[in-house]
Amino acid sequence: MSFLSIRELSVRLKGGPPLLRRVSLDVAAGEVRGLVGESGAGKSMIGKAVLGILPGSVEVTGGEIRLDGVDLLALPPAERRRRIGATAALIPQDPLTALNPSRRIGGQITDRLVDILGWERGRAEARARELLAEVQIPEPERVLRNYPHELSGGMRQRILIASAFAAEPKLIVADEPTTALDVTVQKQILKLIAGMQARHGTALLFVTHDLGVVSKVCQSLSVLYAGMVVEDARVRDFFAAPKHAYSAALLAATPKYTDPMASLTPVPDAVIEAVRAEVAAADRGGHG
Amino acid sequence: MADLYTITDLRLSLADMTRKPLLGAAPRLEILKGLDFTIPKGAVVGIVGGSGSGKSTLGRALVRLLEPSGGSIRFDGTDITHLPEAELRPLRRRFQMIFQDPMSSLNPRHRVGRIIAEPMRLHGFDGVDARVARALDHVGLPQGFAGRYPHELSGGQRQRVGIARAIALAPDFILADEIVSGLDVSSQAQVLNLLEQLVADLGLTLAFISHDLSVIRRLCQRTIVLYQGAIVEDRATADLFSDPKAAYTRELLEAIPLPDPDQVWA
Amino acid sequence: MLDGRSMVRRRAGARLWLSAGWLGLLCVIAVFAPWIAPKDPLAQDLFLGRLPPFWVAGAEPGYLLGTDSLGRDVLSRILYGVRVALSVALVAGTITCIVGATLGLMAGFLRGWVDLVISRFIDIWMAFPPVLFSILLIAVLGPGLFSIILAIVVIDWTRFARVVRAEAMAQGAMDYVASARVAGRGRLGTMVREILPNVLPTIVVLLTLEMGIAVIVEAILSFVNLSIATDDPTWGGMIAEGRTSVHQAWWVLVFPLVTLFLTVLAFSQLGEGLKDRFDPVLR
Repeated sequence: MSFLSIRELSVRLKGGPPLLRRVSLDVAAGEVRGLVGESGAGKSMIGKAVLGILPGSVEVTGGEIRLDGVDLLALPPAERRRRIGATAALIPQDPLTALNPSRRIGGQITDRLVDILGWERGRAEARARELLAEVQIPEPERVLRNYPHELSGGMRQRILIASAFAAEPKLIVADEPTTALDVTVQKQILKLIAGMQARHGTALLFVTHDLGVVSKVCQSLSVLYAGMVVEDARVRDFFAAPKHAYSAALLAATPKYTDPMASLTPVPDAVIEAVRAEVAAADRGGHG
Repeated sequence: MADLYTITDLRLSLADMTRKPLLGAAPRLEILKGLDFTIPKGAVVGIVGGSGSGKSTLGRALVRLLEPSGGSIRFDGTDITHLPEAELRPLRRRFQMIFQDPMSSLNPRHRVGRIIAEPMRLHGFDGVDARVARALDHVGLPQGFAGRYPHELSGGQRQRVGIARAIALAPDFILADEIVSGLDVSSQAQVLNLLEQLVADLGLTLAFISHDLSVIRRLCQRTIVLYQGAIVEDRATADLFSDPKAAYTRELLEAIPLPDPDQVWA
Repeated sequence: MLDGRSMVRRRAGARLWLSAGWLGLLCVIAVFAPWIAPKDPLAQDLFLGRLPPFWVAGAEPGYLLGTDSLGRDVLSRILYGVRVALSVALVAGTITCIVGATLGLMAGFLRGWVDLVISRFIDIWMAFPPVLFSILLIAVLGPGLFSIILAIVVIDWTRFARVVRAEAMAQGAMDYVASARVAGRGRLGTMVREILPNVLPTIVVLLTLEMGIAVIVEAILSFVNLSIATDDPTWGGMIAEGRTSVHQAWWVLVFPLVTLFLTVLAFSQLGEGLKDRFDPVLR
């Protein structure tokens, strides 16, 4: 039984073109699923839909998002927010803007625990210290009193990870959490996320444009093109032999320094045309 | 082969305004700490490093957007280290730059045609319109794009405009500063192929700044690794990858996530 | 494409045309006031004092918006008042804009000692209380159209300078400016040909806003009797007179007030509309 189950989810720009086209995917408890695609493919949109933070300019036109068996889209808004708040969390992309620059770190981690989950402040603070130690931040006591600008990008991303795991969520959406970081820091952060996820048994939806990253942290992946899932596979099977021509081309375009001449091949126009035709056919066949 | 650039003990420091005392001058922050290297004519040199390594500062010093605080930069025999702007201007045609963020490096209020034409007009080229057409052709953009605004293009197309603007001046040297880091893998591959092609066709000398060793491996014959404002390794790319000498180079290489679940990522 | 962008454009269109229409109408009135106005705005007739507007009982034909306590036609006075209001708005607004924007652009883009001098000057200038400053200025220069315009320019140029400086500074950090330098463009050329077009929308908005402010300032100065020396009708003067008799003849106060309000609103909406219209990103 999967913990997160998305069925036929369709989202469009209000009065405009579809952004997600009948997307279906599952994430089992303790599983990491990668969402891969080029910019505009709708991978972040899926994460936002799951967390109920879609922008006001888009609307869900069909489908369901089942979190622990309950269809979020069928719930009244207040109930939906409460349920998402209690079971899911986000690791955002940009560690620079995701923290409030005028508040100390400590309060930003404990707020959620105190305000939403009703913890006592003392217990929340103890938990925050524990978490900072778990994400390998030296001198957690001092960092809790720091302001965001006093810390490096990697440190801030560690804090956002700690904050995401704070309330022991069952599901975490990580939205390109390492795109803004150096490769060496990226490696540390990815290892950290993978380790935390395994220890806590959290289901993780990992949004990224980098197939290299997927191969390191995910067990399964969905490849998106124009808001449509073109391939849904186990990671090992995918990297051994991708099934869809578009995802194969995407893999061939991914840089690989061990094989510089074979990698970095642009996606051929014929492949783009074929996948576009597929999207158009799906639009005609469906309710779009 | 003659050297196009000779860099000797290059130093650059900037005022650290965040630590400026209430009275008196701000302390100097040393970004480049004495670099020595050369770029031969026709070479494609990669400059790699993490954030804070000084690679972009080095790039901007090479095209004299920044003035070094010590050492010297010789371009084709001329010392340009402290050359005043007026004397630099005629030389500027010969060293061009392609920027990281094509959106911010293209004036949003000018059409593509004007963006490419303007530098040529400044340097007194004749037949500018024909040259714009040829530049668009070179980078694989349809002629109709001359009438478009930057925001009407995709990221990859914008970066092609940036390349067209640089090559239109027929420069000797082009500095490419992280020009593919904001692009999707497929447009990244296209832009790199294009650059490879142009280097071969036009006989350009290219310095390619990147944080991504995979991209450097594909494009550059030689690689300079920067760490905290100093060169830690400067060798033929193939050697650097097969047998990295500096600890930092090894760390960088090992941190790259290859699209391969079997890669050991200790 | 049918998306949010076309919605913005349609709204901007309506806003632009409504405000431009109103201001265009005012321009026509200002030029042709003697032919349009039904009465002589200065002609007094004490027997016809405080006539109500045409739809209220007791109105006299020919006096559409009624008369004031001296029997002068309110409509004609408003129409003549357009002349002073518009000339102050256009002249004072434009001069303020040119002075302020030029200094702001120089400070923000050239930086260094130019910025240091201009910024300090702005800081010091803004420490003067503006109302007192203007009253003092007019007291020294004597009332009159020229004094009002000068007062507005002298006080309000800092508004332009500050905003344009900040904007030019932000634009100056963009890579297209670095790129112009790499191409070999000089500082002045970069400022005029690269930066200015990108700061222009902000300047246009400020300019129209300033024109609205100029109308208000003129009205305030008329209100305290420091505006033009002659007895040419001004909206502010009418409002001041209407205030004293608001319980007996509300129309003397309300009509010029509404005209003033609509005009100031039209100026600010014109600016927003123009900005949207000429932004290639939105177009």
